[in-house]
Order: sequence, then structure tokens, then C-alpha cells
Amino acid sequence: MKGRMISPGKAEGEAIVSPEPIGFYGGIDIKTGIVIEKGHPLEGKSVKDKILVFPCGKGSTVGSYVIYGIKKNGVAPAGIINKETETIVATGAILAGIPCIDQIDIDKIKNGDAIVLDADNSEVKIKKS
Amino acid sequence: MHLTKEEEKTLNGENGEVMERLFRLLVRLGEIYGADKMIPVGSVQVAGVSYKSIGDPGTEFLEDMASKDAKVKVLTYLNPAGMDLENWKEYGFPADFAKNQLKIMNAFKKMGIVVTSTCTPYLAGNLPRFREHIAWSESSAVSFSNSVIGARTNREGGPSALAAAICGVTPNYGLHLWEKRQPTVKVDVDFDLNYNSDFGALGYFVGKQVKNKIPYFTGIKSANTDQLKALGAAMAASGAVALYHVEGLTPEADLVEKKGLETISVGKKEIKETYGKLNTGKEPDIVILGCPHASLREISALADRLDGKRLKKPVWICTSRMVKEVAERMGYNEIITKAGGAIVADTCMVVSPIEKMGYKTTGVNSGKAANYLPGFCKQEVCFANIDDLVEGQL
Repeated sequence: MKGRMISPGKAEGEAIVSPEPIGFYGGIDIKTGIVIEKGHPLEGKSVKDKILVFPCGKGSTVGSYVIYGIKKNGVAPAGIINKETETIVATGAILAGIPCIDQIDIDKIKNGDAIVLDADNSEVKIKKS
Repeated sequence: MHLTKEEEKTLNGENGEVMERLFRLLVRLGEIYGADKMIPVGSVQVAGVSYKSIGDPGTEFLEDMASKDAKVKVLTYLNPAGMDLENWKEYGFPADFAKNQLKIMNAFKKMGIVVTSTCTPYLAGNLPRFREHIAWSESSAVSFSNSVIGARTNREGGPSALAAAICGVTPNYGLHLWEKRQPTVKVDVDFDLNYNSDFGALGYFVGKQVKNKIPYFTGIKSANTDQLKALGAAMAASGAVALYHVEGLTPEADLVEKKGLETISVGKKEIKETYGKLNTGKEPDIVILGCPHASLREISALADRLDGKRLKKPVWICTSRMVKEVAERMGYNEIITKAGGAIVADTCMVVSPIEKMGYKTTGVNSGKAANYLPGFCKQEVCFANIDDLVEGQL
């Protein structure tokens, strides 16, 4: 699938998919990378080393700093795929150096899919298992 | 987006890792919003300063940038901090909070940012000119500089403003472009606005109605800069208004296209209802004025009302360090302190941890403060004009 490069780089990993937006500030624990928002579809799951797939960001602009923080703490996702990346996630992914692509039909990606994310070429591949 | 040769080099990392990251952020934001190029900025104002707002993630980010020797290229000011940076102990700000706040200030200072914290930089030595491109963050400062001064800025987030300061440029889109500064709704005011809180109520009502549109006001006969500051701040808080025009008063009002606009009418009824709506509390534990930060004229107005009096409960007026300096010289500080009040600098009620300082109900004359205090600070609010607020505490 072709999309739009938000933050450069390449990453491979297992998809963790949220059908709902993610608010990083208050939504993800900065020390562990575990989703802590009550009632969120990914509550209790870790985003560490995964390809994190969600429609778009939400909530406080401090979310950008949280994305940067989880990267520094070694618990960040390997890559991010969005339907539409707004400025909070774009800012965080670029500052943290996490490869990120948007304008992808994320309904085609299932939890556990092996993903090759090539942000430099604005491309997402799902590896056949 | 067109980039110069020098900008291409920055993007390829030839000017270091920090510059590459921050410039990449500006380029990406520019591409998302359809900018054609980068433009130099005359000054920057960075938000995300209070430890209460940015927490440990923000603090670590700023300390990391500072440790990598990031330096600003243009005059850069800061938004209010979470406490008075000099007298925090005296006013009862918690010590662990203070320690973290001072770490943040040190990181900013290391980057060459002027560590005076205010939402009214234009009253404290960072004054843009008409049509100057700037990159400011704080929503009321953005509104004032765009509307009352006619400078040009989008509302920047903390990191994008910092990036503009360090790179010296911002992407050319949105309110930097003349065609995007045209009014999109007309607001007819049929009410004699007297108190600054009247302007706050008007702003709160209009902001709720128009959201992120650009209002063109008619029927406001006169207003000083304090009142326009109150109007813009409330509209930016209850809505997302970053620019407004006022017939006969603001510099671009005569120049913009006003034909065929949808019209909203505001009269006595709407203003009265707004006062009612913003009042959620009964008796204030504390009155806090100066949102946005008070001008010297507003401080002198408070001193006049407190001269020789004794307050039952505290009255604070928040301002910038610079304005407080003059207020001290004029004896206003002494008058206010003797009455049992305080001129608190560098911070404000919205970004300080007042809910942890034992206050439950706050009296304000600001539409913006009334908008944010219930959520950010878990306060009940008494919204009234300065005379009623002060009268109630004597």
C-alpha cells in the first residue's frame, strides 16, 4: 500500500491495531509503553517494538513529548501507520525519529500481521504468513 | 514545498542532528498544511512552560535539546510558568513542583530563550510590528498580535514554536497569507461594553458560536488594549479564534473584504446569559485577576480600589515580571500587599496548581479564566466585574 511519508526511516514488526484514536498524554505510560487509557481497545497492551496502527491522534499537544519520551525510554513502537496523521503525532514521530506513514487504509491491517514499513518510499507491506 | 540550497543542507543533516530534526518538523508541518516555502520570523513565543502542563516528558525533551547545544536565532519569550519564579515559597507553591519548574526554566535559558514568562509578551518587550511574520503559541497572545497589532502568526504548538526559534523560520501558510486573514463571519454588537469582564463575556459568547472562524465586529464604539486583550483571550479559549477584526479599531478592519458575511447579533440578553453561565460558584476563596497578564493600567485600577482597605480573602493579580517591577516603583505593590493581596508574576491561575493549594472557588473577571478553571484546576468560578469582585472581599 502506498501512503505519505510523515517521518523517514524503515521498520519491521508485528502490527498492533487500534480502531480508535490514541491520546499519548495520559494514554500511554512513558516508562513502560503500555496503554493505560481506561476503556481503550489497547488498554494493558505494550506498543514496544510494534508497528502501531491507529486512525489518528487525539488529546493534549503534550502527546508529542510523550512519543519522544517512550522512544528515549526504549519502549517506543518501531513504526507508526495512520489513516491521517495530525500535528501532535507528526511532531512526536519526527522529533523521536520513529518512521511514520499516513493515508493508509488501516482496515486492511489486522492485529499480529507482519508489517514492513518503508517510510522513505512511502510504502507499507503485509508479509504473507 | 520550495527549499533553498541552505535549507536542503539542513534537512540532510549538514547543520547537525538537532537542526535536522527541528527543521524536518517544520517542513513536514508545512507540507501537511500546503505551505509553498519557509519565511523568516521576527520573534517567537513558546508555550508549554508550566511543569503542570508538560510534566516529565516535556521537561526531559527540553533538557535533551539544551544538552545538545540548541540555540535560538531570534528574540524568543516564554508563556507563563506554573509559579512565581522568585516568590513561590511566599505564595505557597509546593516545593517539589518548584524544583521541576526551575529545571524547565534552566533548559530554556541554556537555549538562549528570554526566561520571562508571560502571555502578554507585547507588554513586556517582545512587540512585533504590523505585517511582521512571527511564530507565537499562547492563544491570547496569538489573537492580540494578529488582531490588534496586525502581525502574522498561526497558533504554534510548543515544539513547532521552539523549532521556529531555533531554525529562524516558519512554513508560509494559514494566517501568514493575506487571503486567509479575511473575515468569515460578522458580529453585530448592540450593548454598551464598560468593564473588561463585559469584553470577556462577549468574547466567550462569540467564541462558542463561531469556533475557528474570523469574526468582523461592528458596534464596538471604543475599546482600549486591555479590553481587546480580554475579548481576544476569551474567544480563543471558548472557541479557536486566532484573528478578529473590529470596525474602526483594529488595523486590518478597513482593508479586508466584508461583503456577504453571515451575521450574528449580540445584545444585552446574550451578555447577561453568559455572565450567568460562567458563574458556577457562590463565594470565592480567592480572587485572581490578570488573565491574560495584567497591564500596569489594570494593576493601578486594583490599587485604587484597595488603597487603605483590608481584604477578607486574598486577591491576586497576575502579570509579567517587567510590569511588576514598575508596579513596585509606583507603590502599587505596597498598597495591594498591605490590603492582603498580591501581585504574582511569571504565572497565572490557569497553569498554576491552585487546586493543590487549598482553593475551591475562584473569582475572576476573565472570560478565558472562567472557561479553563473548572477543567484544569477543578475550581468553581465566580465571574464578575472588578468592582463586584473586590467589593465582595472587603
